[in-house]
Amino acid sequence: MNEIALLVAATLAAGTPLALAGLGLLVNERAGVVNLGAEGMMAIAAVTGFAAAFLSGSDWVGFAAGAAAGAAAASIFGWLALWLYTNQYATGLALSLFGAGFSAFVGTGYVGKNLERTPVSGIPGLRDLPLLGPALFRQHAMVYLSIALMGAIAWFFYRTRAGLVLRSVGEAPESAHALGYPVRRIRMAAVLVGGALCGVSGAYLSIIYAPMWVEGMVAGRGWIALALTVFATWRPARVLLGAYLFGGVTMLQLHLQGQGVQVPLQFMSMLPYLSTIVVLVVISRDPLWIRLNMPASLGKTFHPGS
Amino acid sequence: MIRLEARPAPSRLWSVLSPFVALAITVAVAAILFALLGKDPIQGLEIFLVKPWSGTRALTELGLKATPLILCAVGLGLAFRANVWNIGAEGQFLVGGILGGGLALAVTANQFPMNPWAFFPMLVIAGAVGGMIWAGIAALLRDRFNANEILVSLMLVYVADLLLSWLVFGPWKDPKGFNFPQTMNFAASTSVPRIIPGMRLHWGFLLALVAAVGMWIFTYRTYRGMQLLVGGPAPAAARYAGFSSRQALWSTFLISGALAGIAGALEVAGPMGQLTPHVSQGYGFAAIIVAFVGRLDPIGAVLASLVLATFSIGGELAQSRLGLPSAITGVFQGVLLLALLGCDTLIQYRPRRGAR
Amino acid sequence: MTAPRLRLAHVTKRFGAVTANDDVALTVQPGEIHALLGENGAGKSTLVKIVYGALRPDEGEIAWDGRPVTIRNPHEARALGIAMVFQHFSLFDSLSVAENVWLGMDGKVSLEEVARGIQAKAAEYGLDLDPARPVHVLSVGERQRVEIVRALLANPRLLILDEPTSVLTPQAVEKLFVTLRKLAATGCSILYISHKLDEIRALCTACTVLRGGRLVGTCDPARETTGSLSRMMIGAEPPVLVHRPPRPGQVALTVNELTLSRWDRYSVPIDRVSLEVREGEIVGIAGISGNGQQELLATLSGEDPRAQAGMVRLFGTPIGRKGPAARRKLGLHFVPEERLGRGAVPAFSLANNMLLTRREAIRAAGWIDRRFLGEQTQGIIGRFAVKASGPAAVAKSLSGGNLQKYIVGREIDAVPRVLVVAQPTWGVDVGASAQIRAELIALRDAGCAVLVVSEELEELFEISDRLHVIARGRLSPSIDTPRATVELVGEWMSGLWPGNAQAAEGAA
Repeated sequence: MNEIALLVAATLAAGTPLALAGLGLLVNERAGVVNLGAEGMMAIAAVTGFAAAFLSGSDWVGFAAGAAAGAAAASIFGWLALWLYTNQYATGLALSLFGAGFSAFVGTGYVGKNLERTPVSGIPGLRDLPLLGPALFRQHAMVYLSIALMGAIAWFFYRTRAGLVLRSVGEAPESAHALGYPVRRIRMAAVLVGGALCGVSGAYLSIIYAPMWVEGMVAGRGWIALALTVFATWRPARVLLGAYLFGGVTMLQLHLQGQGVQVPLQFMSMLPYLSTIVVLVVISRDPLWIRLNMPASLGKTFHPGS
Repeated sequence: MIRLEARPAPSRLWSVLSPFVALAITVAVAAILFALLGKDPIQGLEIFLVKPWSGTRALTELGLKATPLILCAVGLGLAFRANVWNIGAEGQFLVGGILGGGLALAVTANQFPMNPWAFFPMLVIAGAVGGMIWAGIAALLRDRFNANEILVSLMLVYVADLLLSWLVFGPWKDPKGFNFPQTMNFAASTSVPRIIPGMRLHWGFLLALVAAVGMWIFTYRTYRGMQLLVGGPAPAAARYAGFSSRQALWSTFLISGALAGIAGALEVAGPMGQLTPHVSQGYGFAAIIVAFVGRLDPIGAVLASLVLATFSIGGELAQSRLGLPSAITGVFQGVLLLALLGCDTLIQYRPRRGAR
Repeated sequence: MTAPRLRLAHVTKRFGAVTANDDVALTVQPGEIHALLGENGAGKSTLVKIVYGALRPDEGEIAWDGRPVTIRNPHEARALGIAMVFQHFSLFDSLSVAENVWLGMDGKVSLEEVARGIQAKAAEYGLDLDPARPVHVLSVGERQRVEIVRALLANPRLLILDEPTSVLTPQAVEKLFVTLRKLAATGCSILYISHKLDEIRALCTACTVLRGGRLVGTCDPARETTGSLSRMMIGAEPPVLVHRPPRPGQVALTVNELTLSRWDRYSVPIDRVSLEVREGEIVGIAGISGNGQQELLATLSGEDPRAQAGMVRLFGTPIGRKGPAARRKLGLHFVPEERLGRGAVPAFSLANNMLLTRREAIRAAGWIDRRFLGEQTQGIIGRFAVKASGPAAVAKSLSGGNLQKYIVGREIDAVPRVLVVAQPTWGVDVGASAQIRAELIALRDAGCAVLVVSEELEELFEISDRLHVIARGRLSPSIDTPRATVELVGEWMSGLWPGNAQAAEGAA
C-alpha cells in the first residue's frame, strides 16, 4: 500500500510542471494565440530560476526569476507575433530553438552545481494521516499552488467579465476590435501570463524536481504541455487531469524499472512521448469535436484597422 | 506613433533584403555579446565568421557541415510552403542514420566485398527509406486521425533518439569497444566517396546541390509543385481548385523525410564512420532555421546552409580559441531566425507614421 | 434652432496612396433618419468608422451637439451616445445573446441585469429575442436583432446602421423600418448606410451622397426619383442591360433530392433539394445568407463531395462524388463568393492563379509552359478589361471589381457547359457589375447553362430567367422571373412557399 502512496506522490510531483505550463498555455490559447515557444521559455526559465535560487539560496526567488524569464521570453514572441504580424507557429518554433541555445549557453557555468535542499514539510496535520499523508500531503507548496491556480483560472474564464473578454478575443478578434477592445494588448497580456507560468514550470523542474541544471533537461515537456491543451479541449480542470496522467506515465516507467521489469530503459523512457502521440490520436480522431472546442481564431494573425 | 500598413503587393526588395538585415542584426548581437563576455568583438567576429571561410580545408569542412542542412532544409521548405508543419526532421535524420548505419554495419560485420561507389546508392536508399518511415508515421496519424503533425513529428524525435540510444547501448554495441556506447567502425568500403583526397568533404555535398536544383525545378516549373504551394497561403483556394490536401500532406512529408533520412545516412557513413548516441548535432532543428532564412526556397536553402554552417564551425572555433561555450552557436541561430521573422514583416507591410 | 447632433467638416482619410475620404462633410439633425448613399468603394464605411472611433481621420473636425470632439475609440463614441450595427456582425458565435450584448456595453452592469434589459427592449420594439441562446444557432436576421438590441440598450442618441437590409427578407425590412421610425420619434438620430435607392426613398428624411471618396451633395430623398439618386451616386446614367428571351436547350445540371447533414455547428443541413438548369438559361437562387447557399454551392462545385453520386448529375453523368477538377473536365466551372483566398491565391500572380482552374498551359510530365501561361492570362486581362499591370500582377493588388472580372473571365474563357456563380457582383462597383452581368447573359446566349446564387434580389430579377428561393436548407419550386414579384419572393425567403412543411418556423 505504501508503494501506491509513494507512486501517487511522485505522480503529483511529476505532473505539476506539466500542469503549470499547460495552464499557462491554456490562457494563451483561449486568447487565440498558440505559442510553440513553450519548450524554449521553460528552458530559459529553468536555467534562470536555478541560477537565482543558487545565488540567493531561496527557492522562491528562483521561482520569481523563472517567471520573469519566461515572461521576458514570451514578450519577444508576443511582440513579433502580435505587433509585427509574424506567423505564430514559425515564431514560437524560433523561440524554442533560441531557448535551447540560450539556456545551454547561459547554463554552462551551472552544470554540476547543487542546491541545498531542505526536506519538504507538506501540510501540517494532514501530512501524518496514514496512506493519504504520504500520498497527497507531503508535497512542495508549488504542487498545491498549481491546483489553486487551476481553480483561479476556471473562475476567471467563466465567472468574470475580464475572462469573457479574453475568451471573446480568442473567439472573434475582429468583433472584439469592432467593439473597441484592445485585442493585441489583451493577447499580449495572455502571452505574458502564459510565459510566466511556463517560466514557473521550468524553474520547478530545475529547483525542485531535478534539482539541478543540465542542458536539454526540459526534455519535451513544453511540447507535451502544448499537447495537453488539445487533450483538455481547452478546459482548465482537464489540463490538470491530463498533467497528472502524464506525470503518472513518467512515474510508472520508473516504478516498473524499480520492480525489475525486463524492458530496456530506453523503451521505458519513450513512454511519455508515445503516450502523447496516442492521446493526440485518440482526442483528434473526431475533427468536429476539436473544432467545437477550439478557440475559433487560434493561431490566426489578427490585423487591426482593416 | 508608427504603425504598419499592408502593402498592396509584397515588396520584392524586402524579400531579398530581409535575410541580410537579419544577418546584420545577428552579427551586431554577436559583437555585443562578445564585448559583454570580455572578448574583443573584432577578434570574436573574425574567428566566428571569417575563419570558417579561410583556406581550402576550412571551405571543405564548411561544405561538409552544410550538406545535411541543405538536404533537410530543401525538404522542409517545401513542406512549410504547403502548410505541412514537419518539425521532426531531426527524428527522420536519426532514423535515416540508423538504417544507413545498420546497412554499413551489416556489410562491415559480415565482411561483404563492397565497393564504395556501389554502396553509395544503397546508403542513400536506406537513409531515404528510414526518413520516409518516420515521416510517414506523422503523415499517417495526421491523415487518418487528424493528429497535430507538429506535436507528433516532434515527439517522434525523442522516440528516435531513444531508439538510437538503445541500439548503441544494446544490440549494436561494439563488443570490443570497452563498453562505450558505439558501434564498431564501419569498413572503408562503406564510406561515402570523397571529392578531394585528404579532405572529409564527400559526394553527398554534390547530391545535396542536385537535390536543391531538382526541388527548384519541381517547385516553380511543374504543375505538381505549384499545387503544393497553394495549400499553405490559401487552403480554400486549394480546395476550390481541387488540389488534394492529403496528397500535399503525404508528398511533402515523404519528400522532406526522405531528404532528412538521406542526410542522416550520409552523416553516419561519411564523417562519423560509426553510430554513437550523438549522431546529429541538431541538424534537423537547425534546418528549420535554414529553411526560413532561405525563404523556403531551395536555392535560398543552399545559401542559408552556408551561413548556419559558418555559425556552427565558428562556435567550435570560439570554444577552442576563445574559451566560449560552443552553445553560443545556438544563441546566434535563434537570434537569426527571430530577427528574420521580424524583418520579413516588411515584405508585406510598410511602417507609417500617424494615427489609425 | 438646436445644434445638429453630429457635424463632420473637411474630413479626409488616406490609406497609403488611396484617399478613402476627401474633404467630406456630413450633418445629422436630432431625430433625423439620414441616409449615407454611395456605391461600393465610395468611402461610406470609412466615414462611419471615423464617427464610431474605429478609425482616426487625417484631417477634419467632428462636432457633437455643437461641441467639437475627438473620438479616439469606440468606447468614447459609446460614451457620447453613438451606437453602431455592423454589416458583418461583431458577434461571438460561441457565446450567448446576453454575453454578446454584455460585451458591447460599458459600465458596471451584471449579466443578469443585461438579460433583463434585453427582454425589456425586445418587448418594447417588438423584437423577439431569447437572451440565453447561443448566437451560433440564430439565423442571420436574428443575429442582426442582437446587434440592434445591443445598440438600443445603450439608449443611443445616434444609431449607425451599415447596410442593414442585406440580410433581411423584404418583409423583415418593413419591420425594421417600423422599429427605426419609432426610435427616431424618440429623438434619436439615425445614420443609415445603403446603396439601395428604394429603401432610402422609403425611409430617410435626408441624404448625403458620396462618390469616389468625395462629397457629391445632400438632398431630400423623398423629392428625388430613383433615377436622379442613381445619377448622383454613380455620376452617370445607370447602365441598361439588354436581356433577350431565353432559348433553353437540353438539361445540363440536375440536382436530385440532395440531402446532406451539417458539416459543423455553424453550417446548415441541406434537405431534399432538387433543381434543373438547361442549356441557354440563367437560373437564379435567392435567399438570405446562411440558409444553405454555401453548402449547396460546395456540393455543386465538388469542394464537398459527400453527396451520393446520383444526387448531382451533369448531362446525365453522376458527379456527386467527383472533385472540383474532375467536374471542370466535364465542363462544370464555378465562381466562388470569396475572391481572395478561394477564387484566387492572394500572393500569386494572375498567371499562376490561372492554374487553379485552367490546365491548357500544362505540358507533358506536368511541365508548365510559362510563355503560353502569360499569353493566356494577358488574353483574359484584355478581353474582360481587367485593370492590372499584367500577368505578373499579384491578385491582392487588384481592386475587388477587377479581380472579380479576372475570375469570372477565367471561368468564362474556359468555355464551360455549365457555370455556377456565387454573388457575381458582391462588393463590386456599378460599372464592373454591369459588365459582369452582361458577360453572364452573353454566356447564356451562347448556350451555356448558368446558375447564379445571390443575396441581391435586384440582381437576380435583372439577369435570371427562372428563380428558386433557398430557406433553411430547402429549395422552393422555380418560378419564371417575369411572373415573380418582390413580395412573393420575400415570402418564400421565409420558407413560406406552397407545400413547405417547415414554413411556420420561418427563415429570417
